[in-house]
Amino acid sequence: MMLEIRNLHARAGGNEILKGIDLCVAAGEVHAVMGPNGSGKSTLANVLAGRPEVEITEGELLFDGKPLTDLAPEERAREGIFLAFQYPVEIPGVTNSYFMKAALNAVRRHRGEEELDAFDFLELVKEKIRLVDMDEKFLSRAVNEGFSGGEKKRNEVLQMTLLEPRFAVLDETDSGLDIDALKVVANGVNALRSPERAMLVITHYQRLLDYIVPDTVHVLSDGRIVRSGGKELALELEKLGYGWLETEPAASDPAGSPA
Amino acid sequence: MAESANPSIEELAQREYKYGFVTDIEEDRIPPGLNEDVVRLISRKKEEPAWLLEWRLKALHRFLEMLENDTEPTWAQVHYPKIDYQDITYYSSPKKKKQLQSLDEVDPELLRTYEKLGISLSEQKRLAGVAVDAVFDSVSVATTYKGELEKHGIVFGSFSDAVKEHPEIVEKYLGSVVPYSDNFFAALNSAVFSDGSFAFIPKGVRCPMELSTYFRINAAGTGQFERTLIVAEEGSYVSYLEGCTAPQRDENQLHAAVVELVALDDAEIKYSTVQNWYPGDENGVGGIYNFVTKRGACRGRRSKISWTQVETGSAITWKYPSCILQGDESVGEFYSVAMTNHRQQADTGTKMIHIGRDTKSTIISKGISAGRGQQSYRGLVRIGPKAHGARNYSQCDSLLLGDECGAHTFPYLEVRNATATVEHEATTSKIGEDQLFYCRQRGISEEDAISMIVNGFCKDVLRELPMEFAVEAQNLLGVSLEGSVG
Repeated sequence: MMLEIRNLHARAGGNEILKGIDLCVAAGEVHAVMGPNGSGKSTLANVLAGRPEVEITEGELLFDGKPLTDLAPEERAREGIFLAFQYPVEIPGVTNSYFMKAALNAVRRHRGEEELDAFDFLELVKEKIRLVDMDEKFLSRAVNEGFSGGEKKRNEVLQMTLLEPRFAVLDETDSGLDIDALKVVANGVNALRSPERAMLVITHYQRLLDYIVPDTVHVLSDGRIVRSGGKELALELEKLGYGWLETEPAASDPAGSPA
Repeated sequence: MAESANPSIEELAQREYKYGFVTDIEEDRIPPGLNEDVVRLISRKKEEPAWLLEWRLKALHRFLEMLENDTEPTWAQVHYPKIDYQDITYYSSPKKKKQLQSLDEVDPELLRTYEKLGISLSEQKRLAGVAVDAVFDSVSVATTYKGELEKHGIVFGSFSDAVKEHPEIVEKYLGSVVPYSDNFFAALNSAVFSDGSFAFIPKGVRCPMELSTYFRINAAGTGQFERTLIVAEEGSYVSYLEGCTAPQRDENQLHAAVVELVALDDAEIKYSTVQNWYPGDENGVGGIYNFVTKRGACRGRRSKISWTQVETGSAITWKYPSCILQGDESVGEFYSVAMTNHRQQADTGTKMIHIGRDTKSTIISKGISAGRGQQSYRGLVRIGPKAHGARNYSQCDSLLLGDECGAHTFPYLEVRNATATVEHEATTSKIGEDQLFYCRQRGISEEDAISMIVNGFCKDVLRELPMEFAVEAQNLLGVSLEGSVG
């Protein structure tokens, strides 16, 4: 199993947000996590990436069978965990291509591969940027500075295709995107799908899952996974709304909770 | 966990100021204290003409008067115990056996010191295309490329040599930009200055290489008082760089330098500083008090003076490189990065005095505070009544790392001409946990991420530095922030 989460409890900002998550993702699989605002979706994404502000209070987090909590965020990244941020930050004065080259070379060093020089890197990134339909001028701009919401998300997907992670977490990458941008992002993601890779696609809306078709859908509510099922679960949710979660008893609850 | 390519943050934090060594060398020094005899002694040691001694004595009396009236400036946002000006040694120099004819005669211990600092003075290994004047304890010990420069009529070397060889130029310009009575520290410097650099670029000459001075403080218990004078005649151009380091000592040492620049019609002077005096330890013990007066006069039409400074050292920095824009259409620029870590304090900025018509000035100031560092930007833009069409643009940005440091901005605007345009922008930001996490999530180590974010923040200033210095400055910013996170 690539990723195993067992009874994970986590706190952020003084509150317990995750209240016992169980989730397993095997190589080659794409899992979607859906849920209303405040259900803990972003905290789950952040805990996987190792954001220092999120504190694990209970449970286990294993990657390739090894505890992920032993690794600093940069080490997780080099091991192949990638988080496409919901709100990518701006880094003034640091050019996008310089940043991406530093990231790629950090990962390559870790893999024992040779670092790319500026010319080889430029060649590679120009090939990848076509995949997300971005103008090359974004390479020489400061990281995310003055990018529109959609441009920031494309930039995240661009970085993902460059770094070729083994496990990618997409945190509401679809939010704020028009349908064309959504398709571009989905194409980028689908191009990375392979038997060696796994993905966790976090979304509020079913819409993205028309383009990135998941193997499994989980529904997160109040820090717990309350339903898991096939891709049809997403459609069901879309029809009934999240309000339905609170009224219906758990039908197929893999975690055996809540009580 | 630890990587091979990058040492861990803990290791980096342990690393000390790498220029903190002391050179064991015989010194010629006089006993502490300040009076007329001391000034006469310094002047005699330097075999100075009578007019210069007179000037020094006038400065001394002005200084003693100010000392008497207790007018040491206190308006700056810096705090330090009262300095006993009678407890300082005002002259120390590496002992010279005889007049040096070539670099081969320089004390090998001195040459080794500069090698350790990464500055090679030996003819075959010297920095390509940069002429270096090495000043050790306020005395110039060697100047490279002198002959090459002379072919162009350029004079570059120690201030003392200039007094002997070109007294008429020195007499004409010394104190013409920063008078001896200008301020407390300038008066002190004028009385006791020991050496410094001098550059003269004749009419129409574009200096073919960078001129550079490396200042090194070595002796203990001494004050350091250099005097630098650069004169660019009509249509000439020069780019000058200065670097500064000092040994690590538990006591505070006073450094009160004066720099005067004069640009005539169509002349351009680009003056770059990488200041890395010993900043004191993390508890604020030791370090240099850097109280410096730097001013340039754009005397001629369309003349231009540009100050670029990267200030990472010193326990206290009190420094305002300024431009007097006297010539019509003259241009003044100030690009500054100041960093304070641990308990360093800096009060720095500039003055742009617009006198002529259509004069233009640009101020870009980047302040970075970490640890318990405190820093203030203090800048004056004055537009005189005759400065029709004058323009100024000021941008002051502060970056904070951590919760215990501080950043302050004190802009002063005096506009006496209605046709002038003055713009001021200021921002303060914290190095975000979000930015750090974003970089780390991409595999970039925390220290590399901080260095990247800080260098990005300073980019507008760093790109003004000559190439060789830009790399040094970038590394310096990284080193100075070691131990500021985690």
